[in-house]
Amino acid sequence: MSETKVEDGKITEYMGKRVFSFMRWRKLAAALSILAIVASIAALAMNGLKFGLDFTGGTQVEVGYEIAPQIEEVRGQLVDAGYEGATVVRFGSDNELLIKLPPEVTEKQTQTSARDEDATQSIGDKVVTVLRQNSDGDVDLRRVEVVGPQIGEELRDDGGLGMLFALAVVMGYVALRFQYKFSIGAVAALIHDVILVLGFFALLQLDFDLTVLAAVLAVIGYSLNDTIVVADRIRENFRKVRKAESEEIIDISLSQTLGRTLMTSLTTLLVLFALQFFGGELIHNFSLALVVGVLVGTYSSIYVSANILMALGITKEDLMPPVKEGAELEEMP
Amino acid sequence: MNRYPIWKYLLILIVVALGFLYAAPNLYKPDPAVQISGQSSAMEIGESVLEEAQEALDEAGIEYFGGEVGEKAVLLRLDSVEDQLPAKRVIQESLGHSDYVVALNLASTTPEWLADLGASPMKLGLDLAGGVHFLMEVDTATIVRTNMEGYVQDVKAKLRAADARYRSVQLEDDREIVARFRTGELRNKAVSTMRKEFPELQITEAGRGDNLEVRATLSEQEVKQLEDYAVTQNLTTLRNRVNELGVAEPIVQRQGRNRIVVELPGVQDTAEAKRIIGKTANLEYRMEARPDTLVTNKEYFEYRNEQQRQAYGGAWLERKVIIKGDRVTNARVGYDESGLPQVNITLDARGGELMHRATWKNVGRRMGTLFIESRFEPETVVDDQGNETVVQKRTDVKKIISLATVQSALGRQFRITGLDSAAEAQELALLLRAGALAAPMYFVEERVIGPSLGADNIQVGVKSVQIGLLAVLVFMLLFYRVFGLAANIALAVNLVLLVAVMSILGATLTLPGIAGIVLTVGMAVDANVLIFSRIREELRNGMPPQTAISAGFDNAYSTIVDANITTLIVAVILYAIGSGPVQGFAVTLSIGILTSMFSAIMGTRALINLFYGGRRVQKLWI
Repeated sequence: MSETKVEDGKITEYMGKRVFSFMRWRKLAAALSILAIVASIAALAMNGLKFGLDFTGGTQVEVGYEIAPQIEEVRGQLVDAGYEGATVVRFGSDNELLIKLPPEVTEKQTQTSARDEDATQSIGDKVVTVLRQNSDGDVDLRRVEVVGPQIGEELRDDGGLGMLFALAVVMGYVALRFQYKFSIGAVAALIHDVILVLGFFALLQLDFDLTVLAAVLAVIGYSLNDTIVVADRIRENFRKVRKAESEEIIDISLSQTLGRTLMTSLTTLLVLFALQFFGGELIHNFSLALVVGVLVGTYSSIYVSANILMALGITKEDLMPPVKEGAELEEMP
Repeated sequence: MNRYPIWKYLLILIVVALGFLYAAPNLYKPDPAVQISGQSSAMEIGESVLEEAQEALDEAGIEYFGGEVGEKAVLLRLDSVEDQLPAKRVIQESLGHSDYVVALNLASTTPEWLADLGASPMKLGLDLAGGVHFLMEVDTATIVRTNMEGYVQDVKAKLRAADARYRSVQLEDDREIVARFRTGELRNKAVSTMRKEFPELQITEAGRGDNLEVRATLSEQEVKQLEDYAVTQNLTTLRNRVNELGVAEPIVQRQGRNRIVVELPGVQDTAEAKRIIGKTANLEYRMEARPDTLVTNKEYFEYRNEQQRQAYGGAWLERKVIIKGDRVTNARVGYDESGLPQVNITLDARGGELMHRATWKNVGRRMGTLFIESRFEPETVVDDQGNETVVQKRTDVKKIISLATVQSALGRQFRITGLDSAAEAQELALLLRAGALAAPMYFVEERVIGPSLGADNIQVGVKSVQIGLLAVLVFMLLFYRVFGLAANIALAVNLVLLVAVMSILGATLTLPGIAGIVLTVGMAVDANVLIFSRIREELRNGMPPQTAISAGFDNAYSTIVDANITTLIVAVILYAIGSGPVQGFAVTLSIGILTSMFSAIMGTRALINLFYGGRRVQKLWI
């Protein structure tokens, strides 16, 4: 069985499978990643995330028209009715509008006691009544959301905390199952992915709501999945393959898992596109965040975590089965 | 090689069969229905009610079928959703508003043998079913303040009685009582009095010279108890009020330290819902009228309790209201020295003052407690353009729940004795509490999902699952052929199991939950992809087919477990920190991970073993 082919002192084929020299480009990839991270942080710092209603608090009303309306006219009708500063955008189709009402409306709704007459009025009904009077066809109330500012603040804190907590637990698990160098690599890859997805949302100023936060956390899960599979193979090869440099072993491992990495990314992307195109407006940004996350996560499982392993100088000794350590300890007097 | 023992096949078969069984109820579309129940839970709802409702529907020409008499309610199924509102209206009109609640409902069409096995369909979240969601915040600071205000009055009284002359007793920062004294002697006397009378207060000394202070606060634990009490009390009150709305399956739940979630599926009239939820003060305390009181100054009320009404009928009470229910902060069942049941009532500070003023010169007279129930009856109003709109007209029904002799001047705390049984005391305490919100509430979040949007969401959700699934199935088949087929069968089984587990757990399906299912479909094949690429690798290394299959499954196993456990960790954290939509997503994702591990590892292996196991295989179709 011809196991290994070597050309110019490099392994080009291992166990009958072509070995791509991924790590030859690792400096370039590192530069690319750093550039992307810097760009993302810059976008986050300058534009900031455009937090959705869940996080900022506010009032929005979604209405469906029988006859497609003119946005400007609708805005005018709302201003005439006393909703100064209302914004109106199309939502999904020409017949559906999303109306965001000014903060005073939210304050009135959420900060007067429930006994108060002001708090018990239904803002959605009022808006629809105004719009109905001005439209030839029927206007249908599809959705109303009123979120008090206090809720949003808490969610932001909880979301951030949750993300940090998830990273910490994952780091602990990987350190336990593998080795600390792997856990640094894995967490670096996760942070890389999260920053890039957030940067993408900041750059394009897309609404960042609760579902997108869920998507970002799911990206952590997905990217981790990828990274673990690669790490698992690297560990296996370090123990199995003799007479090879760390770089070669990593190349071999990445090449072996490449097929699987691409397959899984593809199937996941397939279903995400289904969500993106057929899932409706409400989860549009959710699936977009996941699409970006899966793409970035696939890249990072190849180039970020393996890169960090190289940088930390991973060696065979790091991956000796832990059983031996215990045995040595027992032998000590 | 590659053969499973027969018990393993059996195990898989049983699990899959159970999966199909418990997922099955989701295939049966529920019928639109109206549900009739009694205003009070004690009421008997029987055949006669059903017949009356059916007659009303016949008269209005509304098609119905399958009337059922349940334990507490009657259910009538209708042909179409559009008929629900008119049906509700005609039945309510024919039965009258005072005794019956008619609500819209969806009646399960799950066959009886399935229902007997405990199988039921998944619940649909508001974003799929339509309805309103409120998040209420209980203003717990207020209850602490009113409680402390009450203490200020009590402390003053006790200090006066103990002859510990104070310069002032005040409330600072809404939560600390500060009593000031001129001399150390007075202060010592005050401290010992307060320690004895109010053991629950934490007392410290401060100040110097002739400005000596005693500071008293409630311990953190007491404050928390007060807050807990306020929230639970508001919760109970809300439940009662929501029942008035006649919603089929309302959710009223505590969330976190001081919030309450109210979800009313199918309700569209938010203004009405908010009015009922937010209303207060449905108790009134009044003195019994003297025989010589002028008719213009008194009113006649009936007893609320059936037995009392038959025994005494009712009583004349003064028109003047002493206090209303919003002054009641607590009502609890207790027992007196001889073990007889009583109800201990606590009022807030202002309520105590008013009660004292009204009762100190009326010892020996009787005081009545009125319970007010609001009923909303639809009324058709015609506006100037001739359009008919239905508005809800409110009527209050007031009935006596207690009429007791005033034994002495009453204050902030008093008790009602002379009750016949513990059960009566229990009910009275409940009614007294139900009358009031312990602390004010705010609507901090309000979401309304129209029925059309809900239906649209279900449609897009189902469509994206179908398309995503189809894409993955085709893809896997093209790439892995026979093995792809096995993976596809496992994937389909995985979906069935996921739905079954969610149905069994009674989990609620939401739109993000559907997104979680779609994502699971994409990621569930990962385990198979891992295994198959291992098998291909081993084949390339020249391993014979059977050994390659076995090695592929074995080698991939630990990778799959590691990768899934980490994803599961993330999903669990998502559930813990998230609310609403995030949790829905986390639930489907975690269940999906678990079921996919079963179906992708055991299920696929079983199929592959069936195809290839124990045979001479030259070439694998992979």
